[in-house]
Amino acid sequence: MALLQIAEPGQSAAPHEHRLAVGIDLGTTNSLVASVRSGMSVVLSDERGRSLLPSVVRYAADGAVEVGYAAQAHQASDPRNTIVSVKRFMGRGRRDIAHVEMLPYDFVDTEGMVKLRTAQGIKSPVEVSTEILKALRVRAEAALGGELTGVVITVPAYFDDSQRQATKDAGKLAGLNVLRLLNEPTAAAIAYGLDNGAEGIYAVFDLGGGTFDISILKLSKGVFEVLATGGDSALGGDDFDHRVFCWIIEQAGLKPLSPQDARLLQGQAREAKEYLSQHGEAPITVKLGSNEYVDLTLTIDTFAEITRTLVQKTLVPTRKAMRDAGLAVNEIKGVVMVGGSTRMPQIQHAVGEFFKQEPLNNLDPDKVVALGAAIQANLLAGNRAAGDDWLLLDVIPLSLGLETMGGLVEKVIPRNSTIPISRAQEFTTYKDGQTAMVVHVVQGERELVSDCRSLARFELRGIPPMVAGAARIRVTYQVDADGLLSVTAREQTTGHEARIEVKPSYGLSDDEIAAMLKDSFSHASDDAFRRALREAQVEGQRLIEAVQSALKEDADLLSTLERAHVETCVLRLQTASMGDDRRAIDRAMDALNSGTNEFAARRMNKSVSKALSGKRIDQVEMG
Amino acid sequence: MTTFDLNFAADHFALFGIAPTQGIDAADLESRFRDIQAQVHPDKHADGTDSAQRLSMQWATRVNEAYQTLKSPLPRARYLLHLRGHDAQIESNTAMPMEFLMAQMELREAVAEAKVGADETALDQLRDQLLAEIKSEYVRLQRLIDTDKDYPAATALVRQLMFQEKLRQEIDDALDAVFS
Repeated sequence: MALLQIAEPGQSAAPHEHRLAVGIDLGTTNSLVASVRSGMSVVLSDERGRSLLPSVVRYAADGAVEVGYAAQAHQASDPRNTIVSVKRFMGRGRRDIAHVEMLPYDFVDTEGMVKLRTAQGIKSPVEVSTEILKALRVRAEAALGGELTGVVITVPAYFDDSQRQATKDAGKLAGLNVLRLLNEPTAAAIAYGLDNGAEGIYAVFDLGGGTFDISILKLSKGVFEVLATGGDSALGGDDFDHRVFCWIIEQAGLKPLSPQDARLLQGQAREAKEYLSQHGEAPITVKLGSNEYVDLTLTIDTFAEITRTLVQKTLVPTRKAMRDAGLAVNEIKGVVMVGGSTRMPQIQHAVGEFFKQEPLNNLDPDKVVALGAAIQANLLAGNRAAGDDWLLLDVIPLSLGLETMGGLVEKVIPRNSTIPISRAQEFTTYKDGQTAMVVHVVQGERELVSDCRSLARFELRGIPPMVAGAARIRVTYQVDADGLLSVTAREQTTGHEARIEVKPSYGLSDDEIAAMLKDSFSHASDDAFRRALREAQVEGQRLIEAVQSALKEDADLLSTLERAHVETCVLRLQTASMGDDRRAIDRAMDALNSGTNEFAARRMNKSVSKALSGKRIDQVEMG
Repeated sequence: MTTFDLNFAADHFALFGIAPTQGIDAADLESRFRDIQAQVHPDKHADGTDSAQRLSMQWATRVNEAYQTLKSPLPRARYLLHLRGHDAQIESNTAMPMEFLMAQMELREAVAEAKVGADETALDQLRDQLLAEIKSEYVRLQRLIDTDKDYPAATALVRQLMFQEKLRQEIDDALDAVFS
């Protein structure tokens, strides 16, 4: 175990130490990891120099877990245990998944998120994604030569709360400190904007393997402000493959296929699609396990014809996002193309026609998201350099609301609200003596609850009995900087507080995560212990550094006595961190945290005042 | 250097250090919003103490809420009138002028008809017509609040505008339905 460096009290420990932080693009088809090295954002390759990691996980019967190319090699021979495009299942129930009957998996019928039965037992999409993240973590730690301080994981901007929560859970399960969930088009805008010194309003058109996002951003003086976002979290290159797949079956007049043949043909369909990005026609010749032969030629025109409706489907959210932003196409300075699927000529053409300009293709559409995420991760980890004072203002993609009488949705936070955001709404009882109330949290744009996604349902109990309409129940929605929601409810009139915090039902509870983590260490309980201890030590060290850097900047905000108290707490934490009593470290951290509350509040007030110090301040007179 | 005491509990105008009027300098407000967010946003405190992270989220939330309220004319007017003791919600039972209601009903029928016929051109025209009306009403609203200080009349106009903005939303939804 590495020894921790302990500095003298009041002195900063290695202030310029570079913290290892990476950005992860957890894609439907491929995943990547990138990091800022010597001021440059670069994609980290595997030992064979390959930058992409196919998002494929295989649970082999012999207990081995393969990820990436090794797993991909088995997708036709072992389709049931080889999971591809798992991102499509994140935070999704069985009914949400398109073409579910054509997928070669053994789905388990459960409430909530769909699960898969494999040779190694039942796996949730979160666990499958965890394997991909673990592989990227190993790659990054090998390339950077140390443990990661923190990561930024990207998600489609149009991901709803369940999908985001599932992604964050996967990060935690992979043992990563998730600094932020970052929207993919926003990550791309960072990489593009910083690279090109872009100013003005840009659209980011991001068509990946399984998801589509459109974001409209205003880039001005180092601020990336998302004005509107839209998309379809179940539309991507996979759907184009599927159209080709169906076309092959129809043209060749094939009988129902075995799972192996289905996988084989899906692969052929994808290859043909990719070939057509460079050629006018693609040959499809294959011998199936059923001894049937396929010998077809797919022309670019036929391909465009069979996928026309998919292309149109991308323009619906695009139009909507433009309207939400209140903009006309001639106000868009550039359209940044992201995601491998934007290589398709018909997409390029449709986007160019819609925005009445040639799309920007000067960045690698496969890598730009990871590169942007790495830049953000570097900043969040505290590796600030000169010129790194840019700011990101993102939005939530879908309205959040709750169910009211008659199955109708009352919107609490509208889509495209800048995050973090909080809104409260008051409700009352409708029966005399009513002591409980159900709060049903939904996400979506439709008026009926049944047309929106149900995120959570909870009961607020202990409302004091009163006549109908007298109770005042305040429901507060808070969306954090990751775009994740928490809800609290409380009864106000009597001062009696019944308060509950919910996590959306598709996310895993903290207990479940703890159980899974424990599970993954069950073969080495010593490891689990050492790991927990080391995490506490690292966290303690991080806190000490944060406090010391705050003291360095703003010690004058504290009295001598207050400062002495903070320094004593720091010293206690330093001492505790040297030992191996995890609970002592936790206690010392709690003491230091609460001992610096007031200091943090004063610092925040100071910085807010400073922000406006150069401005004219109008005399504020209230009538 | 001007210093002043900004605090969490200040009203939205005081938070940005601007005068509480309906007429505002939108570019100036935006620049103030960005300057404060640049200090308080959670991204700026991701490596800070737990207290700093929690405060940062509260502040950023507060500043976003204030900016959302002040940047658009309707929520700004509602908020300003609320500060002046005139609440649009409380007086919601007050009848609106018959003339206005008739005109709105006609417009609504036209929207419903265009929606059924999935008539994009008609919807676009209705939207433009409505937007022009709304725009001129906002000019009147600003005069009522800032010059005439006729808050009851302004409150009545706010209610009308809430009605019109809702219709605008319905037209937008109808347009979405046409395309999808």
